[in-house]
Order: sequence, then structure tokens, then C-alpha cells
Amino acid sequence: MLEIINLHAGVQGNEILKGIDLKVDVGEVHAIMGPNGSGKSTLAQVLAGRDSYVVTEGKVLYEGKDLLAMAPEDRAREGVFMAFQYPVEIPGVSNTYFLKAALNAIRKRRGLEELDAIEFLSLVKAKAKFVEMDESLLHRPVNHGFSGGEKKRNEIFQMAVLEPKLAILDETDSGLDIDALRIVADGINKLRSKDKAIIAVTHYQRLLNYVIPDYVHVLIDGRIVKSGDKDLALELEERGYDWVRESIEVTD
Amino acid sequence: MIKAANQIDWYLSNFEIFQKSLNGEAGSRIHAIRKAAIARFAELGFPTTRDEDWKYTDVAPVTRVQFEPVLNYALNGVSTRDVERLTFGQKWARLVCVNGHFSKELSSTSSLRRSGRGIWIGSLAEAMKSASGMLEQHLTQHARYDENAFSALSAAFLLDGIFVFIPEKTILKEPIQLLFISAGAEAKFVSFPRTLIVVGNNSQVSLIETHVALEDNVYFSNAVSEVVIGENSVVEYDVVEDESERSFHIGNTHVHQERSSTYTSNAVSYSGALVRNNVTAVLDGEGAECTLNGLYVVADEQHVDNHTTIDHAKPHCNSHELYKGILAGKSKGVFNGKILVRKDAQKTDAKQTNKNLVLSDNATMDTKPQLEIFANDVKCTHGATIGQLDEEATFYLRTRGLGLETAHDVLTNAFASDVINRIQAPSLRDWLNVNLLIRLQRAREKKEM
Repeated sequence: MLEIINLHAGVQGNEILKGIDLKVDVGEVHAIMGPNGSGKSTLAQVLAGRDSYVVTEGKVLYEGKDLLAMAPEDRAREGVFMAFQYPVEIPGVSNTYFLKAALNAIRKRRGLEELDAIEFLSLVKAKAKFVEMDESLLHRPVNHGFSGGEKKRNEIFQMAVLEPKLAILDETDSGLDIDALRIVADGINKLRSKDKAIIAVTHYQRLLNYVIPDYVHVLIDGRIVKSGDKDLALELEERGYDWVRESIEVTD
Repeated sequence: MIKAANQIDWYLSNFEIFQKSLNGEAGSRIHAIRKAAIARFAELGFPTTRDEDWKYTDVAPVTRVQFEPVLNYALNGVSTRDVERLTFGQKWARLVCVNGHFSKELSSTSSLRRSGRGIWIGSLAEAMKSASGMLEQHLTQHARYDENAFSALSAAFLLDGIFVFIPEKTILKEPIQLLFISAGAEAKFVSFPRTLIVVGNNSQVSLIETHVALEDNVYFSNAVSEVVIGENSVVEYDVVEDESERSFHIGNTHVHQERSSTYTSNAVSYSGALVRNNVTAVLDGEGAECTLNGLYVVADEQHVDNHTTIDHAKPHCNSHELYKGILAGKSKGVFNGKILVRKDAQKTDAKQTNKNLVLSDNATMDTKPQLEIFANDVKCTHGATIGQLDEEATFYLRTRGLGLETAHDVLTNAFASDVINRIQAPSLRDWLNVNLLIRLQRAREKKEM
């Protein structure tokens, strides 16, 4: 589904991703872990289409198509979704209004009919329940005045409504208390399916107690230096990232 | 182009023609006002950018054209169907003027007139005959003709317009619309839309004043509105300017508030080559509350200037002001917010905000607060911003599937909705939202943003 080949990217001449290779197939959950400043969020942002990052080398194929050539909205319409690490507050735009426009843009691309107001409302109510989100948040402006946990939950809610094929979760677990974490993780698990894929970028191992990954990759200094299964995450939790760093130096 | 002296002569000679057309009015009180006003106009002349109040707005494009004053009522092709569209499909009471003259055939006031509650709504000319006592007390007494050339001209050519009297203890659920239509292309004309609203004590009413054009003509709409609000009354006053793209609109609105009254104005300017609005509210009784909200949306080479003055004359009054602007193309916006706190006006609480969204590199905005405070126990705050669309928010919306243009429209609409959503009438809000998007689309097609 997604193939990242020798991806180099940076901002203002400063290279952050220094040759990423990653292959994600349908039905898989990949966790990308790494210390602060390793390039985890940059990778997520580049995949979503943030234009402040410049790709200097390499390519990304999504369902065989050149992902990097697509505008952010086209990526979304083709089924790519990124849950933001810091969801943006948009005063004056109601959550439902915005989501209806988003969903209909995506449905149009998929050759489906646009939903009318009533169909849409019953859909979002069901999805809000699904991610245990307070219905009152639906009518408030997007993320405006939401708590940190509500913002993250709103991302998962949007994901549930938009039903992406590939979801990239950028530290969706950071800053959540244990109850919120469980709800977010439940939301992610409910969306797991054999025709979808998830890339979970995370700083901590604890999300992976709830969302069991098929693969774990360690990103350090812009490169994936180690890959393994869920046990790698536990080992990282126990031994820290320095252990991986040292082992690279040895193999170098 | 004509010289400054000739520009004044043009109106003086037109006043002579006007005067001759008035039969048997020479001795009337109203005619004395007209004569004093034209004399004052001759004295003042038109303002120039050397006048502090007109520093950023050059009125030469208005004053150098020889506009013919419209002295008689004519329908000029305006149909009932036009009026239905311009009243947003609503059946509320409507008072319609064509080129400043009241149109009985297009207006619909019967529901209120027959209510037997002592409401008086209709033509100002008619009121001058039958309700002269009340007019004497208020007409031209608030928007004083000695203030500037434009209110002087309005008083000099005072002939017709709209008069609304709401007696005490009257609560009206439905708004009343004051619809000023400019129509007819034969000559470049000047009209003098004139409104007087008098609300008694303990009453509540909403008014919607709209200025629209049926064709894309060059004309000059020189509007004056006076709003007098009695004790403890609540008035919402929405103003929509959707004049022709080539027109000039200069508006003077004067509000006089008595004790514990509440006035909320939402003024939206969408069109006109040159628009200048002077809004003055005098808080002349303790506990009065005044809210002035404004939205201006300009493109091309449009120029819009909002000058507001809130005169805190008595203690314990509050005023809030929120003016927002959206500027595309080579347009120019001006905001000047004056807050005057007189010596006795202790415990004044005044807040003023002006926010601007600039969508092109060639648009400019001048914004200036002007605080004159003579009391010592007051709270006055002001703030102004000029910015672009938020890139973070744009990206966020795009990652959810909204196209770039849609994302920009959604964010621009959200910026405007802060003002639009304060309007009570849903049909008017819808109309403003739809027309905002049409304007943005048009600006985009012309590559102005």
C-alpha cells in the first residue's frame, strides 16, 4: 500500500530525514518510535503534504501512485489521513460543518453520493458514540477551546467518520491521561481492519500496550536504524534509545 | 473635472432649482432648516485629505462629478418582484424608497399600521405634514447639518425618506426593513436616503436598513439616519450596503441613547467604489449600552472607510465595538474609532477591536483608535490587527480533503461570521454568507487574491 524509498527531506536546507525506507501493507500496523528530534513528526508531515518541508531525494508510492506529487487534499481524498500531534484550533468553523464538507469531498472522489444533512448527522452521532466523544463537541468550532484530550479524541473521531485507508497517527497518545489513552486506543483498534493500514508515530511505548503493532521501527537521526516486532517496543521502554544508538555504532 | 468652487456652485444652483419646485413651503420651518443647511454647506465646502477626519479618504472622485439631485419620485422600473428578492423572501414590514423617495406602492406596512398601538411608519414627507411636532424635536437635531458637507447637503435637499415611530412599551417581534433602492440610468444622480427612527421608553425593535442597486450605475447615495432611543429600550439596527460597483456611498448615522437603553448595530459593507460611513452614538443617560459591529468586504479598487464615534456623556455606560475587514485586490480600507469619555462619565467601560484579513499583496488598511478621555475612573481598551489567512488552519482543512480554495473560503467565512452571526434574522445572515462567497469567488476569478 505504501512504499517509502530512500526519502530525504528537510526544512530550510537542514536535512531531517536522511534516507527512510519503509514498506507498509494493508492490514498492518506499524509503530515508529524514536527520541525527540529524530524526525518522526517530519515523516508524518511529509506524508500528509506539508509544504514547509522540502523533499530532496527519494520517493513515496501510495497504491502505486506518486504520493509526493499530490496536493494534501488529494492525498486525503485518496484515503490518507494524518491525526495531528497538535490539532489546529479553527474558531468560527463548526466541527460538523467542516467534517461534512470533508466527507463529501472524499465521497465524491470515491464515486459515492454526497450525504445530506440528515444522513450526515446520524452518521456523526454514531461515530461520536463509537469514540466516546461528547456530542456537544460536534457543534463547537473545530478544536476551539477543547482540552488536550478532547482535541486528540476529535482527531480519532474525524478518522472514524472519514474512514481512511491509511492512517498516520502523529503522537496521538502524547499528553493523554490513562482513561483518554484507552479511549483513543479503542478507537484505533476499532478501525483496524484487513483492508486498512496504520502508522503510529509515538514517543512512548504505552500506546502499544493497547494497540498491538505488527512492526516496530526505531527512527534515530533521520534513519530507521532498527526494526522488529512488538517486543522491540518493550525493550526500548526498558533500555532506552541509547541502547539502540550504541548498537548502531558497534555495527557501523 | 471641475474645480472645488464649481463643485460647490453646482449644488448651490441645484438648490435654487429645488427651491423653486417647492410650492408654498417657503415659510415653513423645514424650509428654514434647508436654507440654513445650504448656507452651511457653502461655508464648509467638501472636505479634503488635509482635514484630519478625511486624511485617508479622498472624496474628490465624488465631488468632481456633477450629480443631478433626484427631486421627484419615480418607480424607475423597480418591481414588486425586485422588492421580494431584496427583502430576502420575508413578509416583515418594509418601507421602500427609490432614489431617496418613499414608494407607497412598493412598501408594505399595513400589519403595523393597523395594529392600533400608535405605531407610525411610512414616508417622511407625509410625516412632515401630519406628525410635525415629533419631527421638529428630532429631525436634523441629531445628525446636525453643521458637522460636515454631506450632512449639510442631506438637510438642504431634505424632502422625503422614512420615518418610524415606536411608542413606549411596544415590543415588536418581527424586524422592520428600510429598503433604499437606487435605480434608473438616465443621468448620474445623487439621492438623499433619509431615515428618522424614534423609539419610546421600554420598547424593543429590530430594524434592517439596506442600500442596494438594481443596475451597475454611477450614482451618489448620500444617506443620513437618526435613531433616537428612549429609556430602557432595546434596538437592533442592521445595515447592509450592497450598492453598485461604480457608486459612491456616504452615510452619516447618529444615534441618541437615553438612560439604560441598549443599541446594537451590525453594519455590513459589501459594495460601492467609495464608501464612507460615519457612525456616532451619544450615550446620554446612565447605564446605556452600545454595541457597534461592522464587516467590510472589498476588492478591485474599492475604498471603504468606517469612522465611528462613541460619545460617553454619562456615567456607567458600556460600549463594545468589533469591526472586521476582508480586503482583496487593490482595495483600501480605513477604520477610525473614536471614543470620547466626558468628564462626568465615570465608570465608563469601552472596548474597541478592529481586525483585518488581507487576501492580496496590493490591498491596504489604515486603522486608528482615537481615545479622548476626560474622566478618571474608566476602563477603555482597544486593539487592531492586520493579518493573512492562517496557513496552519489551511493545511489542517486540506488534510481532511477540502480543496485549497474551499479551505480559504471556509476560513474567510469564519472570520466574517463573527459579525454576521450577531444578526438576529436568519434570512439576512444566510444572504450575507452566500454573497460573501460570491464575492470571494469573483475576486479569485480576477486573480485578486
